[in-house]
Amino acid sequence: MMTRRLFGQRARLSAADLVVWIVPLVAVLLALAVGALLLLALGANPIEAYSVMLDGAFGDQAALFRTLTRATPLLLIAIGICIAFRGGVINIGAEGQLFVGAVSATAFSLAAGPTIPAPWIAILTLLVGFLGGAAWGAIPGILKARFDVNEILTTVMMNQIAIQLLLFLLSGPMIDPEQIRQGTRISQSAQLPESSWLPRLAPPSQLHLGLFIGLAAAIVIYVLLWRTTLGYRIRAVGLSKDAARYAGISVPRYLTLALILSGGLAGLAGSVEVTGVTHRMVEGFAVGYGFSGIVVALFGRLHPLGAIPSAFLFGALLVGAEKMQRTIQVPSATVIALQGLVVIFVVSSELLVRRWTARRQARALPSAPVLPGVPASASHQEVSA
Amino acid sequence: MTGSSMTLDQILVEALALMFLYSTPYLFAALGEVFAQRSGVLNLGVEGIMLMGAFSGIYVISSKGLGQEPMVGLLVAMLVGGLMGLAMAVVSVTFKAEQGISGIGFTLFGLGLSSLLFKSLAGGVITAQGEGFQAVTIPILSDLPVIGKIFFQQNVLVYVAFALVPISVWILNRTTWGLQIRAVGQNPAAADAMGVNVDRVRYSTVILGGVLAGIAGASLSIAVTPIFQENMTAGRGFIAVALVYFGGWSPWRVMAGALLFAIANNLQIWAQILDVQIVGQSIPPNLLIMAPYILTIAVLVFARQRKRLEPAALTKPFMRGEN
Repeated sequence: MMTRRLFGQRARLSAADLVVWIVPLVAVLLALAVGALLLLALGANPIEAYSVMLDGAFGDQAALFRTLTRATPLLLIAIGICIAFRGGVINIGAEGQLFVGAVSATAFSLAAGPTIPAPWIAILTLLVGFLGGAAWGAIPGILKARFDVNEILTTVMMNQIAIQLLLFLLSGPMIDPEQIRQGTRISQSAQLPESSWLPRLAPPSQLHLGLFIGLAAAIVIYVLLWRTTLGYRIRAVGLSKDAARYAGISVPRYLTLALILSGGLAGLAGSVEVTGVTHRMVEGFAVGYGFSGIVVALFGRLHPLGAIPSAFLFGALLVGAEKMQRTIQVPSATVIALQGLVVIFVVSSELLVRRWTARRQARALPSAPVLPGVPASASHQEVSA
Repeated sequence: MTGSSMTLDQILVEALALMFLYSTPYLFAALGEVFAQRSGVLNLGVEGIMLMGAFSGIYVISSKGLGQEPMVGLLVAMLVGGLMGLAMAVVSVTFKAEQGISGIGFTLFGLGLSSLLFKSLAGGVITAQGEGFQAVTIPILSDLPVIGKIFFQQNVLVYVAFALVPISVWILNRTTWGLQIRAVGQNPAAADAMGVNVDRVRYSTVILGGVLAGIAGASLSIAVTPIFQENMTAGRGFIAVALVYFGGWSPWRVMAGALLFAIANNLQIWAQILDVQIVGQSIPPNLLIMAPYILTIAVLVFARQRKRLEPAALTKPFMRGEN
């Protein structure tokens, strides 16, 4: 609860606050329990599977670094999802926004790499990644703001379009010239010039500077959402469009802005991944990160700082699952199913949280809903600029 | 145009026949979604339910399954779809969860579980035994020139899907259950006051939607493309939800939308077969695969005029004494 004291909110822990954090944890344990039953039914030993996962994620220093490396893009995506969901737009398009961000960053770095000197090229590459993702998020944002088009569906469609765009670019216009020369034609881009790589923090591990970019972004977005007028307006639109309109806030503008910022952070995640880890775009790059990022954000209760431990947990889950697949041949798709269960259980537990805190709220100030569209729930964040 | 020995007429007939075949997964899923949405529940888990239906349907009739009778595969897919529909109903009706997000949860769950089962049970390869659903030729009518080939030599699922359209209209507009569904979707508090069990009606429609999504998945894996691949629905479940908006919650217009999207799917197939060229170069297949998704976005923009037809209580959980 240190963070809350730091940021000037109530520091005393009440029973209801405890429930707000314990319920999602119970939801994850429930998901793991259902997952265990599933593994049992498939003839795998769930205790062995989970301990292999744990070992793969935290077993030694290398494992821990792998977990942190994996948590980095998840954190950036999740922070973006926080902005969108708090602003009343359900952005399911992080996957596509990440691809477009990564591919624009790659194209920029390959084109401008020889002409721009060392630190600047890396910074500009990340910026281009942000802009690429933001542009991809702007399309559903504008459609929602201007035509009231359901953003869940458009962002899902934008994901599919981005996947095909990526495959097209990597097998055609952006294919590595080396692949053509050798006649192998593997769908991947050329390697980025070394000047745009992010510094590695602990070689030989892949842990890179992106981790700190993610942590810094979490603090920046926290301040943006809760300490600036801009953030206040985004959240006001998310809480009640009618009330925001009545208060003179341009609802379409802030809906669009929320999706643009959200897409930008997903795009940044993509460019961080490509400059920090892979150093080139390859087919199958970062598949599934966008959806994991949504789960991370929900589990972090749509709070940028809550996303930090949450990203760490799900990074561990994903890294552990790879180990599980390698050593005991339990498919890593298990984790996708587990993530689905986590979402289902977390969202379902809202009602319990809400009932538990209802009594307290009857006496205290009304508080903000955690999920868009859910009336009066258990959030402890006050609506204040 | 090059690369085909068929005449243009024959190709056109073939394409139109395929249009009906490819529209069936959309139609089953979207009709199920019409029922759920008319009762006020947005089920965004259709994609995941379809994937589970697609896997279970074909797995049952594979060499590791129960035999080669496609009807058995279909029944299992219905059962699996119904169970997932039941789970969605528990989450969205009883636990009053946010429907957009819980639907994404079900989609992830269905995607993960179908991939997991595909790899661990089937070893990553599934081939159906037997012939699958065969074309049922309707006597006399199927002998008609052109029309016979397009309409009357389809497999049984195509006939059922299109028969379900008038049946759905009849159920929604002419039966007590249909009246209850519409009442619960428009004004649950009033329906509740009239003695309608809001939750029970919503359970029934969401479960029905799950069963139909299960069939939609199985029709994809058994009838359209007789294989299973990970994530083989590729967004079709979400397109089905978009079709409900496009169709203004009316089964007839949803049917028109399903046919439109079948053309968008065939566009890609036929451009490849016919080797359509632009400035001397064939269109990259990835760009053609985008067509249905771009069309979906276009259709959603167009559908905004239908907003007034939206069930008033859509996505709003009912809590007695609170709404």
